[in-house]
Amino acid sequence: MQLDDLNALVAKHVGARKKIVLRTCMSAGCMSSQADVIKKNLEAEVKAQGLEADVEVRRVGCMGFCGQGPLIGVDGLSAKEKLFEFVKPTDAPAIVGSLKGGACDVQAGNPDHPFFAKQMRIVRANGGIVDPERIEDYLAAGGYQALHQVLTEMQLAGVVEEITKSGLRGRGGAGFLTGLKWGTVAKSAGAKKYVVCNGDEGDPGAFMDRSVLESDPHLVLEGMAIAAYAVGADQGFLYVRAEYPLAIARLQTAIKQAKQLGLLGGGIFESPFNFNVDIRIGAGAFVCGEETALMASVEGKRGTPRPRPPFPAESGLWGCPTLINNVETFANITAIINRGGAWYAGIGTEKSKGTKVFALTGKIRNNGLIEVPMGIPLRQIVEEMGGGAPAGGQIKSVQTGGPSGGCIPAAYLDTPVDYESLTKLGSIMGSGGMVVMDDATNMVEIAKFYMEFCMEESCGKCIPCRTGTAQMFHLLEKITQRRGTARDLAKLEELCDMVRHTSLCGLGQTAPNPVASTLKFFRAEYEALLQPDPHGPRANGSVKTAEAVTP
Amino acid sequence: MAAKTLIIDGKEVSAEEGATVLQVARDNGVKLPTLCHLEGVYDVGACRLCLVEIAGTTKLLPACTTKISEGMRITTDSDRLRKYRRMTIELLFAERNHVCAVCVSNGHCELQTLAYSLGMDHVRYDYIFPKWNVDLTHRMFGMDHNRCILCTRCVRVCWHIEGAGTKNVAGRGATSKIISDLNQPWGDSESCTECGKCVMACPTGALFNKGTTTGEMEHDRDKLEFIVNAREKQQWLP
Ligand SMILES: Cc1cc2nc3c(=O)[nH]c(=O)nc-3n(C[C@H](O)[C@H](O)[C@H](O)COP(=O)(O)O)c2cc1C
Ligand code: SF4
Ligand code: SF4
Ligand code: FES
Ligand code: FES
Repeated sequence: MQLDDLNALVAKHVGARKKIVLRTCMSAGCMSSQADVIKKNLEAEVKAQGLEADVEVRRVGCMGFCGQGPLIGVDGLSAKEKLFEFVKPTDAPAIVGSLKGGACDVQAGNPDHPFFAKQMRIVRANGGIVDPERIEDYLAAGGYQALHQVLTEMQLAGVVEEITKSGLRGRGGAGFLTGLKWGTVAKSAGAKKYVVCNGDEGDPGAFMDRSVLESDPHLVLEGMAIAAYAVGADQGFLYVRAEYPLAIARLQTAIKQAKQLGLLGGGIFESPFNFNVDIRIGAGAFVCGEETALMASVEGKRGTPRPRPPFPAESGLWGCPTLINNVETFANITAIINRGGAWYAGIGTEKSKGTKVFALTGKIRNNGLIEVPMGIPLRQIVEEMGGGAPAGGQIKSVQTGGPSGGCIPAAYLDTPVDYESLTKLGSIMGSGGMVVMDDATNMVEIAKFYMEFCMEESCGKCIPCRTGTAQMFHLLEKITQRRGTARDLAKLEELCDMVRHTSLCGLGQTAPNPVASTLKFFRAEYEALLQPDPHGPRANGSVKTAEAVTP
Repeated sequence: MAAKTLIIDGKEVSAEEGATVLQVARDNGVKLPTLCHLEGVYDVGACRLCLVEIAGTTKLLPACTTKISEGMRITTDSDRLRKYRRMTIELLFAERNHVCAVCVSNGHCELQTLAYSLGMDHVRYDYIFPKWNVDLTHRMFGMDHNRCILCTRCVRVCWHIEGAGTKNVAGRGATSKIISDLNQPWGDSESCTECGKCVMACPTGALFNKGTTTGEMEHDRDKLEFIVNAREKQQWLP
């Protein structure tokens, strides 16, 4: 298909739109509260009240304010959008009635709430607006224009250059410079190359990638296609965990529709560029989000990491150069192509560019998904957007980075959210989980929770992670049950150091972070639990070396 | 192939491009502890005992999977490395049930030898004492999961030297387990060729030839009686 044909299709689609649109969130959060029934009821009610000519009910993706869901947005009624919160299936008559000026006691949301107003939506620009199951909607929002531009107007190197200029860093956790990675894959010699999208998202409390895939699947596909063109790949894999059935179904639909329009597959936009995407479904092991384990899993092997180097950019899937990026990383690409790397680099801080999506959860008034510019102070997110702790509580700490991250104490709420600042505090940006904890939280229990997670999710390949996490969990259990001594605490700290420095992959290397960061800021809570040592003060925490003991 | 020069523990050495740090260390008489490495099969870098310090990177790298490069400066022995190695061995002893005194491998076990050489005089971690079983269903071999350190040497020889593909790893983390076929009793395995390579490869007493385990030796008293009867009573039939 040529661009003109595509534009004609879009014009037809837009022309058929009705005056008033009832946008019904049908992402997993609201779906769990019967959003599908709500949509059906709204459609029936529009018919019953004779408004079919003017009103359409549209399925949309996540609007972000999931804690207030199910959500309905109304466009075209007044200058400003209207929002309904906590909608029940029985609310349909009142909502539709209100379009004609009828009374309606469904809770109205405030689109000017800081939760929305402080956001900057690039990745989630279409979330809650387009129908994720209709490619026409995505096209009408400017979709696939970036791919067309890349294929017709840009050199391979030009694309990489634009991404490099943007300063975009990988959103999967480590924050590696995306342009640099693309450049390495582009330069790697090999007739066959692959592009892989990492949608494994296994951090407890994280649902950013799921939401992007459910709400705007084409955005990710287009980003992957641009990447494939830039690095010289013709095959892509989208790795999604089996726990995300809705995301998988929408991706399947999206791939089918894109193929029908010639936007994926052979000869895209009637150019010589071919790109196919296949979905691979993960079985839900956290470690399969680690890139080498993920690739083993795609190849049909047991998902365990392998030492790097070689990095996937040189030797990835089936030994071929492979580009692997996170869902959110790919979701940033079209905006960078459309508006330029320089524009993107203008957002954020010196070393952290653009925006970041966070899943804001925990002891906080407003739960949901937010996209904020890098560098925003943590306090604005937690207090203004999140509305602080629910009645009676006080914020004690904010956890970022999940099991690989740490707990930032309330005293540091003025820290800007960027890669370096969070790392300096012993936490990490991570993939976007942000769990707020109030003063009723026991920090040692939190550390134990994450350690248990790592212990259970360790693949078991390397000794420090497999059995070091088990011993650390055991020590934490001893301490929380008031059976631990100062010597146990010393052992715990020694294991933190050892597991961090000797484990094979990132899971083990970062597993001690929650313990280390709570020890750094909340050490007194650990010490308050310790018991006197029955063996007296004999400090025996240190290890003898071979020199000291001759066998 | 081009030769590369590098420095290993302060000594300048040369080696062929493509060699691993471990190969170069061994070629030059530098001792490095290893457990998952086995000559003849590919390396997986899993046990982390061969970790070395390399100038220019803060990461410790496994000697068995790290390729040498020109001018590399490698340190294979330091207080820190010794401490980590000893902790690794201690963790292994606490993980499953390693009771050397009654083990088939007592006296010729790689784990035991390493513990001696690393000066492990006691284990500071609490023993986990997990419950593991022993698979004695195979006609010729046995597998004692209590002694397994999950080095996967058996799996690699089974797949890549014998080509049978019987052995595999199932499960995750500390509950990982070496299995035969689809987690069947070894004796029921249809793919096992009974070649015994896994037994040869195992560094501990986890895999063994039947009839050699502690307590399995039977004193054949009847034979004595037979000989005495034959000699004294000229009775040749039992
Ligand atoms: C234990 C572990 C789990 C990971 N899980 C994910 C994940 O769920 N999603 C993801 O994108 N990256 C994950 N990563 C990071 C990937 O290994 C890899 O760095 C990332 O996909 C690269 O993409 P990026 O450059 O766009 O961030 C994980 C890493 C580790 C060590
Ligand atoms: S660090 Fe943990 S998850 Fe990673 S390879 Fe080692 S055992 Fe597996
Ligand atoms: S059975 Fe032996 S060779 Fe196989 S993984 Fe266990 S210790 Fe290693
Ligand atoms: S799932 Fe409906 S608003 Fe997020
Ligand atoms: S021998 Fe190198 S990691 Fe085990």
